[in-house]
Amino acid sequence: MAVHKVLGIETEFGILHRNEGDSNPVAASSMIINAYVNGFLERRVGWDFEDEHPGVDARGFNEFDALAPEIETHLVNAVLTNGARYYVDHAHPELSTPECTDALQCTTYDRAAEEILIRSMEKANELLPDGEELVIHKNNSDGKGNSYGCHENYLVDRSVPFGRIVNEVMPYFISRQVFCGAGKVGSEAPGLTHSDVPFQITQRADFFEEEVGLETTLKRPIVNTRDEPHADSKKYRRLHVIVGDANMSEVQTYLKLGVTAIVLAMIDDNMAPNDCAFETSVQSLRQISYDIDLVTVHRLANGEKVSALDVQWAYYAAAEKWADRNGFDVVGGRDIGLDLMQRWHDVLVALENDPDSLSDSIDWIAKRRLYEGYRERHELEWSDPRLAALDLQYHDLRPDKGLARRIGLRRISDDSEVEAAVDNPPPSTRAYFRGRCLERYPDEIVAANWDSMVFDIGTDPLRRVPMLEPLRGTAAHVGNLLDECANAAELLRRLGA
Amino acid sequence: MAEQEQRRRSAPRTDDVELDETETGQAGEELKAELDDLLDEIDDVLETNAEEFVKNYVQKGGE
Repeated sequence: MAVHKVLGIETEFGILHRNEGDSNPVAASSMIINAYVNGFLERRVGWDFEDEHPGVDARGFNEFDALAPEIETHLVNAVLTNGARYYVDHAHPELSTPECTDALQCTTYDRAAEEILIRSMEKANELLPDGEELVIHKNNSDGKGNSYGCHENYLVDRSVPFGRIVNEVMPYFISRQVFCGAGKVGSEAPGLTHSDVPFQITQRADFFEEEVGLETTLKRPIVNTRDEPHADSKKYRRLHVIVGDANMSEVQTYLKLGVTAIVLAMIDDNMAPNDCAFETSVQSLRQISYDIDLVTVHRLANGEKVSALDVQWAYYAAAEKWADRNGFDVVGGRDIGLDLMQRWHDVLVALENDPDSLSDSIDWIAKRRLYEGYRERHELEWSDPRLAALDLQYHDLRPDKGLARRIGLRRISDDSEVEAAVDNPPPSTRAYFRGRCLERYPDEIVAANWDSMVFDIGTDPLRRVPMLEPLRGTAAHVGNLLDECANAAELLRRLGA
Repeated sequence: MAEQEQRRRSAPRTDDVELDETETGQAGEELKAELDDLLDEIDDVLETNAEEFVKNYVQKGGE
C-alpha cells in the first residue's frame, strides 16, 4: 500500500531592486526576509543544518540527542510559526511551505506564501529611501537565460526501486506540462528566436538537458535524484521534483500537486503505466512546451506514436483503476480524490476540444488569450518588449501591478483560510509541532529544521527533539500537550516521561 | 496504451454538440467585451517604460 503523499512546495521568487545602482540580489533578498522577521515575528529562530538523525519518532520523543547542533548564522534563514522555512537561496528569497497532507491544503499554503512575500515586500519598501523599490515576481525565468525553481516534494515508499519511479514518472512529467505550464513569451534555449518559438507552454522546459541526475542549477534533469528524505530514510524517500513552473493559477497548483500525488501513489502500488517511455525524453519535453496547438506527435520507446494528451489519458485511465482498488486515502480522502479526478478529466477534455475555455484556470492559456488580444490591439510582433513586460508583470506580486490577480482566475483557496495559514501550521503533519512550538516557546528554541527541533532550556546541553515521522506531531497527537505546557522545559519533561 | 482509447471515446467532443448560432455569437461578443475591458486595464497598469523594465530585469540563476 502506498505511503501517504505528504507534500510541499518550495518557490524561489524573482527579485528586483529598482533605482539602486549597485543592486545586489543577495542583499535585496535578505532585506525582504529581514523585513518580515523583524516586522511580523516575535523572535527569529534560525535553521539547523544538522543532517538527518537516526532516532525515535516525533511522537515517542523518548530519546534526546545531547550533541550541540550547528546553527547557521551567515545567511538569513528563518522558520515561521506556520511551519514554513523562509530564507535566502542563491540570490532569491525562497519559501518552502510546511508539510501538507493534501493538495488543497498545500494550495492554501502556497497562496499564504504569496501573502508573506507581499507583506515582506511592502514592509521592506517602507524602509527604503524614496524612489527605491523592491519588486517580487512569482516566476521562473528572467527571459535572458537565467532560471530559478519552483520545486515540489512528495513522500514516497523507500521500498519501491528508484529505477521504476524514474521510468514510470518521467512520461507523466513530460506530458503534464499541458496543464501545469505557466506560459512564456519566446524561448531561452540556445539558437531559438521569437520566430521559432513566439510563445510556449512552460517557463522551464528550455532549461532541461538530462533525463535523470542530481543537478538542479546546470544540466537540469527531468527526474532529480537528490536523496535527502528529511524523514526516516529506512522507510521513505522524498521525491524532489524540479520540472515544474510556479503557477499564479490556484487551480493549476492544486491539480499539479494532487494529480502528481495520485500518480506517485500509483507507482508506490505498482499500478502506473509502464509502456509510455518517450524515445527522446528531453526533446519531447521541449517540443511539448513549444506546441501551443497541442498537435505534435511523439515517438515512444516502444515505437508507438502519441500526443502529450494521449499519455495523460493513459495515466488517467490507470488512476481510475488504482482508485477503484485502493481508494483515495493516501492523497487526502475521497472528496479530494474524486474532485481531482474530475478536474483532471475535464481539463484534458477541454485541452482537446476548446482550450480557450480554460483561460480562467490555466496560466499559459490565460496568458495566450491576453497577449494575443494585446498584440492585435497594438499591432505588435511577438518580439516587442511590451509583450516581454506583460509576461513579467503577469507574475508581479505588487497588488497594484500584478496582472494574474486581475484577470478573473478561479480560486481554490479561501481568503480566511489563507489568512490563518500565514501564521498557523497545518494540523495534520509534524509541521504542527514545529509551528506551535515556535509560537509558544520562541525564546527557548535555538533552531529548527524539517526533522528536528533544538531547545535551550537553560541547562546544558542543548536538547534536540527528532521528528522523523512526517505524520506524527500533529494536532491530534500533541495539541493538548502543547496547550498544557507553559514552557519548553515542561514540554520536554512530559515528552521524555 | 489501449485503455486510453476507450476513455477518450467516452469524453464528449464539442463537435458533437450543435450550438445555436446566435447563442455562440452572443457568448463570443461577451468574451470579446470582457477581454477589451481587461486590455484597457492593462494599458493603465503596464510599466510606463516597458523596454527599460525588461532590460533591467536580470536574475541570477537559482535552485
